[in-house]
Amino acid sequence: MTEMRSVIVIGSGPAGFTAALYAARANLAPLVLKGLEAGGQLMLTTDVENYPGFADGILGPELMEQMEKQSERFGAQILPVHVTRVDLSSRPFGVWAGDQEWRTETLIISTGASAKWLGIPGEEKLRGRGVSACATCDGFFFRDRELVVVGGGDTAMEEATFLTKFASKVTIVHRRDEFRASPIMVDRALANPKIEVIWDTVVEEILGDDAVTGVRLRNIKADEGHELRTDGVFMAIGHTPNTALFEGQLQLQDGYAVVQEPRTFTSVEGVFAAGDVTDTIYRQAVTAAGQGCKAAIDAERFLEQQAHTS
Amino acid sequence: MANIGSVNDTDFRSTVLESDTPVLVDFWAEWCVPCHMVSPVVEEIAREMGETLKVAKLNIDDNPDATRTYGVMSIPSLILFKGGKEVARVVGAKPKDAILRDVQPHLAG
Repeated sequence: MTEMRSVIVIGSGPAGFTAALYAARANLAPLVLKGLEAGGQLMLTTDVENYPGFADGILGPELMEQMEKQSERFGAQILPVHVTRVDLSSRPFGVWAGDQEWRTETLIISTGASAKWLGIPGEEKLRGRGVSACATCDGFFFRDRELVVVGGGDTAMEEATFLTKFASKVTIVHRRDEFRASPIMVDRALANPKIEVIWDTVVEEILGDDAVTGVRLRNIKADEGHELRTDGVFMAIGHTPNTALFEGQLQLQDGYAVVQEPRTFTSVEGVFAAGDVTDTIYRQAVTAAGQGCKAAIDAERFLEQQAHTS
Repeated sequence: MANIGSVNDTDFRSTVLESDTPVLVDFWAEWCVPCHMVSPVVEEIAREMGETLKVAKLNIDDNPDATRTYGVMSIPSLILFKGGKEVARVVGAKPKDAILRDVQPHLAG
């Protein structure tokens, strides 16, 4: 039997849970489908120092646990399932997680974004054997080893700094001559004696058969190549929005869900988007949470309008 | 019963390598959040595959030998052993059908 809902939230990061919290308090009994990367990107980090309200910082997973509990307290139903298909061609929308099916009057998309890969030779083959995109997940395996971190943003600074807890040396390889990361993160990384930087350089290949043995680099300014011995390579080059589910059904731009700012309306009436799945500019936990709140309010008002016109 | 519980460095040979049935080993750790997502999926696979597959969990904190021998440098890692050899490996939290896609071709029947 197919269950009918007023609001379904796909995704369980700050955007998803804030949307669920507000929708629950509006008595809409939202259903949250958590997804495989439940809790979102904050589950892959340790100390969160820039989410307001926590003077001493808070651990990412702890913050997400609190958000989840808070939305549950007001009546959000939360399922640890992974959405495999949606049908947005008409309302009520169809949502599937394997064989389970729901129909919903409104849908809030907060599927977030996942780490980008370079797509270079050796990367796929050596994933899990020295190639990773998650320092907190895999740093443990590289005690006293040498590592390479690829990237120039906040994630790269954070990953590199975190990895110095385990590694003997961390080399950040960045394709430009300056980092785009926030100044405080850059300062912290550059001040760390275990961190070195190779500028103006890209990674062309990851070397090794059963495990990573090195990387082949190219300095793009000098157009010179060389090899660097290393035990592991961590990608920190950015994220790509998780919108494969919606291809062909929603307007996307570069993979991001397009919304009518300042609202969270997508190209389909009754479908709203919030967080890193739609935000190309800010991509912070607090902006995602703010947008999640907007999406819930947009959904609530949409449902009220529907009730008055029918 | 397809889910044989835990395996460790000491019984790895007898339980996994010398098993007639293929064994899917779930390398995990308490502090690994994605591992907690994958383990229930692996248990579900165990129930569905019946007698054609065994599944076992190996805690990498307690069992460094097997972890090092099989070059596990990221968790969760699911390694399928058949006839004492690694025949398939799934790294990272993946949905059930993605895991089955890599595992099923190696199972009997």
